[in-house]
Amino acid sequence: MTHLTPPELEEIFAALSRALNEVAAAERVTFLAKLAMLLADEVADGGRVRELIASAQQDLEKAPAAR
Amino acid sequence: MTEIFPFRRPPELDSGRSELHPVLIAGAGPVGLALALELARFGVRSVVLEPRDRIDPGSRAICISRRSMDILDGIGVGEEFRAAGLGWVRGRSYYRQHLVFELEMPFPPLEKHFPMTNLQQSTMEQILAAEAARRPEVDLRWQSRLRDVSQDAERVRGEVETPAGRYALEGAWLVACDGARSAVRERLGLRLEGFASPGRYLIADIRMKSAHPTERRVWFDPPCNPGSTAIMHKQPGDVWRVDFQILGDRPDAEELDERRVCERIGSLLEMIGERAPWGLLWTSVYRAYGLALPRYRHGRVLFAGDAAHLVPIFGVRGLNSGFADANNLGWKLAHCLRGLASDALLDSYDLERRAATQDILRQAAKSTVFMTPPSEGERILRDAVLSLAIRHPFVRPLIDPRQSVPYDYRESPLNSFDAGERAEDAAVPTGAPLPNVRVAGSSPASWQPRHLGDGLGPDFCLLLFEDDAAGSGRAESLERALACAGVAFRLVVVARSAGRAEERGERRCILDPECALREALGARDGTLLIVRPDGHLCARLHAPSPARVVRALERALQREGEGARGTAARRFA
Repeated sequence: MTHLTPPELEEIFAALSRALNEVAAAERVTFLAKLAMLLADEVADGGRVRELIASAQQDLEKAPAAR
Repeated sequence: MTEIFPFRRPPELDSGRSELHPVLIAGAGPVGLALALELARFGVRSVVLEPRDRIDPGSRAICISRRSMDILDGIGVGEEFRAAGLGWVRGRSYYRQHLVFELEMPFPPLEKHFPMTNLQQSTMEQILAAEAARRPEVDLRWQSRLRDVSQDAERVRGEVETPAGRYALEGAWLVACDGARSAVRERLGLRLEGFASPGRYLIADIRMKSAHPTERRVWFDPPCNPGSTAIMHKQPGDVWRVDFQILGDRPDAEELDERRVCERIGSLLEMIGERAPWGLLWTSVYRAYGLALPRYRHGRVLFAGDAAHLVPIFGVRGLNSGFADANNLGWKLAHCLRGLASDALLDSYDLERRAATQDILRQAAKSTVFMTPPSEGERILRDAVLSLAIRHPFVRPLIDPRQSVPYDYRESPLNSFDAGERAEDAAVPTGAPLPNVRVAGSSPASWQPRHLGDGLGPDFCLLLFEDDAAGSGRAESLERALACAGVAFRLVVVARSAGRAEERGERRCILDPECALREALGARDGTLLIVRPDGHLCARLHAPSPARVVRALERALQREGEGARGTAARRFA
């Protein structure tokens, strides 16, 4: 499996930051959800996507929201 | 004009005693009436008890599935439904101003009915009530409320409250078709289990002349009603049904305020460019539930339709599953009452229809998530998918409203298989309803079914696919075998050539010159299909012995391992 090089990662970091700044504050969450769905479709591996969702859920500062 | 159904004095009111009626039905809604008509096909009498004196107004359930139309054909009202209704195949979903999903339901050229037919529930009930009134087997009693139901091993008892006083009534069986707030269910202390979605919909009928075709239109987050969802359906008689998702927590009464409703509808009509004058006919508020009884049979009391299960509106599964309940239960009750099966057969009603409900609830939960996202997470993903759908086809299947499809009883204990065969091996799996396709021809001249469904029923139907070698004698030996098995059936030969059929004289033959039926049904020469009275396939056997066929029918009637009734068959086997 190939990974992004540090320069490529830097570029993605910048591009994603720029995009988040350009999107209206109220639509940032929708934007990120759209991006996640597009990337999931590229990964095309349901099990892997579920693992990545779990990874992204780790180490967040706030306590989990009550359901 | 609203028709008022008069109270007619029943004999029990004067005699003070009740005969033991074969079947009591609580509720003359569409499910109760369909069940009474199913029973009438077998000559079984029923008493239908209905507290109301008129049919409720308004569209309520409007979309009738193809499978339901086949069922309605069977009980003699299909043509009237077809003449009154509007058939359709297409649906369109919009997000803001973008078209994001087009639904195109399959409509194979040989199928009899449209995949969906729109008709107001009030009209459906009128047609069904009129047919019930024509049938001598149906004793439809308006203004009669069934109360204080009790049962023992032999019978069900109840008190009927009428404008002329109360009387006691007894039946061998009671079927509760008394709707979402079933009084029978409450009397028996039974509870529905499941979920109630927090979402509400305002539903309204309007009268408006419009040339727009019959199709399902849905708008997510429309400019006229930001953040909400709207649905629109055409009904017969220049009536349109509009459903709006209600946002916020205003009480129902405020949402139903006529001025508020008219503003909402007006802004939607303006958005879609409808300019004709219109008027409001009926309004209601709807909540999405996914609730069901843990069991549909309680001794001699059975539950059907909304009394047994409440499913979300999206995907039109409510009344369609109610018709399927009546279709499943009718022949089983009739077979018990005619002494052709024991009440073990009724347990299969519970088993098959509960499995159908669970499947419906799984499907409906998915559409409900889309129509009224129950949580913030689902709302965010729903909005993301709608926005992506404008340019990315891969997410569009998520917008599919998942319209009602017939449930295949693949796991049913009534099914029989050849060694090594599985339910899902064929286009029409064992347990599924037979497609109601056009037949190429038939004989004798006195028997001319246009579609396969017209040639089946009301009893078991054995479809024997014969090769062209003259005089195999298989049909005759099958009939001899079944004559002493105590099964009501009809045998139909599916022949490949007309000449062969003619040699058969008075025997019922369906012609299959292009082998279209053989292909559609997964049959070859020598195959025998056993079709249940409700049109579901319960066995696909290749060149079976007569004894094998008897065993399959015994299984379909749940008579295996039984004493007295099994002996005739065992003697033969």
